[in-house]
Amino acid sequence: MKISATVTLKKEVLDPQGKVVGQTLKDMGYKNIVNVRQGKYFDIELDETDKEKAKKIAEEICKKLLTNIVIEDYTINLK
Amino acid sequence: MKSSVIVFPGSNCDRDIAVALEKFQIKNQMVWHNEPSLPKSDLVVLPGGFSYGDYLRTGCIASKSRIINDVLKHANKGGLLLGICNGFQILIETSLLPGVLLRNKNLRFLSKNIFLKVININNKFCSNYKKKDVIELPIAHNEGNYFASDELLKKLENENLVAFKYCDKKGDVNEKSNPNGSSNNIAGILNNKKNILGMMPHPERVIDSILSGEDGSIMFESLLKSQ
Repeated sequence: MKISATVTLKKEVLDPQGKVVGQTLKDMGYKNIVNVRQGKYFDIELDETDKEKAKKIAEEICKKLLTNIVIEDYTINLK
Repeated sequence: MKSSVIVFPGSNCDRDIAVALEKFQIKNQMVWHNEPSLPKSDLVVLPGGFSYGDYLRTGCIASKSRIINDVLKHANKGGLLLGICNGFQILIETSLLPGVLLRNKNLRFLSKNIFLKVININNKFCSNYKKKDVIELPIAHNEGNYFASDELLKKLENENLVAFKYCDKKGDVNEKSNPNGSSNNIAGILNNKKNILGMMPHPERVIDSILSGEDGSIMFESLLKSQ
């Protein structure tokens, strides 16, 4: 089963990289840019057919390694 | 006194700290991160560098190393544990110290000398400093912006767990003397039991008056005295 996880900084945490990307886009002429937040994306292939089990493992992976839960949020997608 | 310096792939201050420890007659061993157990040590040091190329988050992969289990046991038993720069980032990722180290506010890698105010001297790392001493140490980091919730900041301040704060030459702690955007100018913190110190500046680089100064020597003298 394939899983994807997206990790982004929590809303209240300053994201300087996202800020710079947003400003650059504005400078390039995209005047309607309001805000950009940068994150990380993971494609994970899992040897598991049970959806519920896969989801549980994905949650665990996100909490234990992929995310620093103090400053980051994650979302999981099962494909 | 016996010490162990843990070496990770990408550590680059491991030799510097070893030289510093040996200069102060601390018997040191280098320990590869994949060793199953820690040799008998009074002090364990997680050195600076770029462990695992800073992949995922700084210090994150190193915090899952095989040797870390023993480092945790050592720390939980009250053994001394010092994390400098990347070592501080690893301590944060192991949750031995609270908070988080974000990218520097100005997005630049900082490599320069800064001034620090010694806030807490009631611990084995800083006992030879005087309270409110102003010392000069180098910093060299990209992710040193210490971030903590208001609640945690209050706890750190009230329980006297802040070891060092960035300041100017006169000892004034203000926004101008904050190189990386750290909350409350925090440069180093202690755990509750005060046997773990994490700090971004590099005391091991300032142990020789001919080369750089001796403001870092005092930390190693404090450690030696503690035994």
